[in-house]
Amino acid sequence: MIKRLLLIAVFAGVVLSFLPLTSLLQTRTGVTSLAQQYLNRAPTDYNIPNIVTAIVVSYRGLDTLGEVTVLFAAAVGVSLALGFRRKARPGKDEPVHAEPTKVPASEILQTGAGLLLPLILAFGVYIFLHGHLTPGGGFQGGVVIASGLLLALLAGTFADVPHGLLQVLEMLSGASYVAIGALGLWLGAGFLDPRFLPAGEFGQVYSSGAIPLIYSLVGIKVGSELATVISDLRRNS
Amino acid sequence: MILALVIVFGLIMVGGAVAALYTKDMVSAIVASGIVSLLASVLYLVYGAPDVAMTEAAIGSALTTVVFLYAWNRIVKQRQKDKEDHK
Repeated sequence: MIKRLLLIAVFAGVVLSFLPLTSLLQTRTGVTSLAQQYLNRAPTDYNIPNIVTAIVVSYRGLDTLGEVTVLFAAAVGVSLALGFRRKARPGKDEPVHAEPTKVPASEILQTGAGLLLPLILAFGVYIFLHGHLTPGGGFQGGVVIASGLLLALLAGTFADVPHGLLQVLEMLSGASYVAIGALGLWLGAGFLDPRFLPAGEFGQVYSSGAIPLIYSLVGIKVGSELATVISDLRRNS
Repeated sequence: MILALVIVFGLIMVGGAVAALYTKDMVSAIVASGIVSLLASVLYLVYGAPDVAMTEAAIGSALTTVVFLYAWNRIVKQRQKDKEDHK
């Protein structure tokens, strides 16, 4: 009883100690000074129309690298937990994974998937190639590509995604992403600084320095990683 | 018009979330949570965040739903296997 009272008192004390902070709360009347800085500087710094991308890829580029790393860790975890085909030990147990009889996809799904797959893949590539011009970018393009591959898997367009190819793609794009970041450190102003490539003409695909390159690499990496995760899960369910 | 859309979608989202919690059939619950994500992505678009909307539509309503379905499929199979082992 005493213990519980003490616990409640401590809890209340901790909560009340944050009370003075409420005096700092105020209604925003405009963007913060930091946001204003980004709005003013991004077009001149990087020659980029889409300021969100300027922040995600360059000003906060390290955060994006961290996110990609988290996704990589998650994909590796799934692969470690599920990716291996369990080999039946002779004598000890009968093969657990007697291939389940798969119901073939309906004709509507097969035809629709065949029609949509190239469009979805092209749209994903478009999203990450135009990340510096229009909304979206590496992550969005990557997940669109992964969902297209998922559709193909569901429709049975191909039996399984080419794991080796996806792994090589993922590895190369991840390594090049970090390498380009380091190149910015060497040639530009800092890590992941995209200005070592020419700024180009405002609003064109080949502009904004290395930002389209970085976002394309992120897109390929995210897409191949998620496709691998989906196919691992599918193989083991 | 926009406000009406937001209110209707918000109500459906709340309904979907509650349904996902209380429905007995797990597949229905997974689909309901996918619907919540899909409508959320439309709301993000309406409120001017197309980046987030794209991510939510692809990850939240497509990939997450499928991952849940695969996981549920695995759980069901494991349960069946355990039952057969008990007999």
